[in-house]
Order: sequence, then C-alpha cells, then structure tokens
Amino acid sequence: MKYLNEFRNGEIAQRMAREIWQVATRPWKIMEVCGGQTHSIIRNGIDQMLPPGIEMIHGPGCPVCVTPLALIDKALAIAAQPSVIFCSFGDMLRVPGTDADLFQIKGRGGDVRVVYSPLDAVELAVKHPDKQVVFFGVGFETTAPANAMSVHLAKRRGLENFSLLVSHVLVPPAIEAIMSSPENQVQAFLAAGHVCSVMGFWEYPPLADQFQIPIVVTGFEPLDLLDGIRRAVIQLEKGEHHVENAYERIVTYAGNLEAQRLLAEVFEITDRSWRGIGVIPRSGWRLNDNYRDFDAEERFQIRGIHTEESPLCKSGDVLRGAIKPAECPAFAKQCTPRHPLGATMVSSEGACAAYFNYGRFLSADELASAGVAHAR
Amino acid sequence: MCLAIPGKVEQITADGHVRMGRVNFGGVVKNVCLDYVPEIVVGDYTIVHVGFALTKIDEQSALETLDLFRKMGALDEELATEEEAFARAANAPQSACPDGSCDLTGKNLRASTPDKSGSAQ
Repeated sequence: MKYLNEFRNGEIAQRMAREIWQVATRPWKIMEVCGGQTHSIIRNGIDQMLPPGIEMIHGPGCPVCVTPLALIDKALAIAAQPSVIFCSFGDMLRVPGTDADLFQIKGRGGDVRVVYSPLDAVELAVKHPDKQVVFFGVGFETTAPANAMSVHLAKRRGLENFSLLVSHVLVPPAIEAIMSSPENQVQAFLAAGHVCSVMGFWEYPPLADQFQIPIVVTGFEPLDLLDGIRRAVIQLEKGEHHVENAYERIVTYAGNLEAQRLLAEVFEITDRSWRGIGVIPRSGWRLNDNYRDFDAEERFQIRGIHTEESPLCKSGDVLRGAIKPAECPAFAKQCTPRHPLGATMVSSEGACAAYFNYGRFLSADELASAGVAHAR
Repeated sequence: MCLAIPGKVEQITADGHVRMGRVNFGGVVKNVCLDYVPEIVVGDYTIVHVGFALTKIDEQSALETLDLFRKMGALDEELATEEEAFARAANAPQSACPDGSCDLTGKNLRASTPDKSGSAQ
C-alpha cells in the first residue's frame, strides 16, 4: 500500500494548495455544483486552504434540497395509502414535508420501505401483486439510469403494480440558469464527477463557450477538489475558458453510452421546479409517453396540496450563490437541522446543513475581521 | 446522494432479465446491476451507485477511494441495510441528516484526514 500512502499524503494536498496560492493574482469565484462536493469541501476545510480571494460558491447540487416541498407532500400522501408499498432511499426518511416525514408515515401504519436499489422495489412489486409499489425517484443524472432501468424492467415484465414518483433534475440547465441570472457572480464551475461518469462532458463545451467560463470535471476527494480548483484558477488567470477533465480515472468525454441509451428510451426533457430557485426550463426528466403508465403522479392523482415556504428562508439566494449560509439572518437561529426552514438546511448535502454541521457560523467578512488566518 | 462507491466484481449472474453481479465493497457484498457495463468481467473493479455499476475503474484507484470513503463514513450511509436505515431514522431528529452520520463522520474524518494530519497509516 505504498502508493496509497503517497497518494493520500498531505504533502501533495499542501503542494497543490501552494500552487493555487502562487498562480492566483486576483479574486475568483468558483462554483461546485454537486452537494457531495460541497460536503467534502466543508468537511475537509478545502476552502480554508485557498488564498483569501478564491471563493467557493456552493451550487444547487443536492437533489433532496431542490426537490419541491409539494412533491415531498405528494410522496407522503401516496405512502399513507393502505394499498401502497412506498420505497425510497434512506436519506429521504426524515426529510420533512408540510405535516410529516416518511418515517412518521411508517409509524402511523404506512408501508414505507428503504431499498438499496430501485430494482429491489421492482422485486417487491413481483412479490406483492395485491399492492401498488411506488419508488421515489429523486436525483441528478447519476441516479437516473437506475430509475430508468427499474421502470424499463417493470414494463418488460408486465408489472402493472409498479410506478415511479419521479423528479429528476439536470446539471447543464442549472449552470445555464445561474450564468443567465443578472446577479450572477460565478466565474468558473467544477462539474460533478459522478454525473459526468454517466453523461460524459460533451454537453459542457457549448456552455463554456457561451458564457466564457472554465468548466472542470472534478471528483469528490480532497485531492480531486484541490486539483479541480487549481485547474480552474489557472484557466481564469490566463483568460481561458474551456472544459477540462480532472477526474480521468472515472470520466470519459462520451460517458456511459449504454446508460444514455436507456435514459433516452425512458425519459423526456421537461421543465422542473427547483425548490428555492423556481422553475428552470427544460431542466429535468419525466417519463415519456411510452412509460407514462408507470408515472405515480398520473396513477395516484393527488390533489389539494398547498405548500408554503418560510418567509425567513433565504435558501434561494444560497442556492444561486448570492449569499453564504451564515449570511442568512435565520441561519443557526430560527433555522437549524433540527428545525429546518428551507431546502438547503434539510439535506445533509445542503450547503446550510454542511455549514451548520461543521461549525461555520460566521460569514467570510466576519471571519476576515476576526483575523482568522487561512491555512497554507 | 450522488456518491458512487468502488467495489470488486466477485460473481456474475443473469437473472433472465438483467445482468447482475455480486460486488464486494471492502467486506460488504451487494447485488449490483451490470447492464450498463457490458465490458466488466469477474475480478474487475467498478464504481456503483444505488445498485448500478456505472464504469470500470483500476484496482489501485478503487482501493484508495474505498479507504477514504470508509474513513468518511460514506460506506455506512450508502450500503446500510433497511434495518440499519430505520434504526438510524428512529434515533434521529427530523432533519438535514436523518441518519446522524454527519457529526460522526465529521469527527472521524477530522481525526484521520491526510491533509490535516500529514500522515497515513
């Protein structure tokens, strides 16, 4: 394991950070899109290793965070029905809807199951022909191939008691929406590595051209993130704007063609509402006409859901990168992981939750005026 | 949610509908769909997200990543059984981090992060 030790050695991280310090002559704002990356940056203190002018802005990349409250409420209403087995990944169990969460629905007698894979939900549908089995299919492009396969198999096996409550969102339209906002401050993007393992990065060069921004495909580990940031800063300093792959051990330009083929067969592009941001045109997938029969929203026709977001919550500003979590007046006061007011405090991948869990209670300005030195 | 975990393919089976495999994630073995990685053979390493292999990866990268993800607590979260998931939810407040792993992994990682301690095992 010699190589492992060397690769993990802090010296490499320090050297990469030092190179960023040497290269950076001006302040730059770089957005990581993926919630997993946000979590890793905060947990590992990557942002604190950077020169003061290099600011990481945390994007809308947590799928739980951007799932509209109305859809969570719909999930709860379906899960509460006696004829239903409602399947989800574990991270949705305690995400609050307006009145309850999935765990509480189970406590009240709802048949809520946690599955490892959407295929487990398909098997439940085979075993329980007298029940309606619904899978809550939330996520970005990384999770979509699994959900696509579940519904494809259900159709092939003629399972009329399986359906998908689907809310898939896509990274490129979110980048476009952020860059098109008049308040935008983002100058470069770290593209989400595992999203690109599925989709490749052929969708990104037109965005880099149109908005003249560097886009670097980046992984999740501390060294991956430092390398992604380093490459973005080098491009910014040179005035360049192209797409680079800093995650070559996982990501190819074309991505996983088998997965993309099934995605195209099952889903079609649709407008999606992003919690905290609003509707972004053509920013998600829904089941297409061939698979519409497997859409839980069509099958269950839940009506009369009215949701209201807290007026104190500034999660929209956080998701767009306009403010840091600690700059929201409600942060760590009225709004905590125990009592979240908005999307970004709800999920462990949300920027507000990451800041809260790792004790980032001060804004960047407050930190500077308190004389907190940046690690080198 | 978008984390994909590396594992070693130990066995490949066809259940008549999809190509499945037994994949070992540092000791935890799961059934994984291999339909998206037709090139994979027994003994290969692959990265897996929600029960689906997404791409092949070399052994060295796989072992390094697995080691780091274990330290970060990411394996527990991604590979939890249904019982474990509910047990965690029962003890957790309605919150950002339903399984309570954030605080734990934060502590674990702080103690073992290479770029903080400057050394690895």
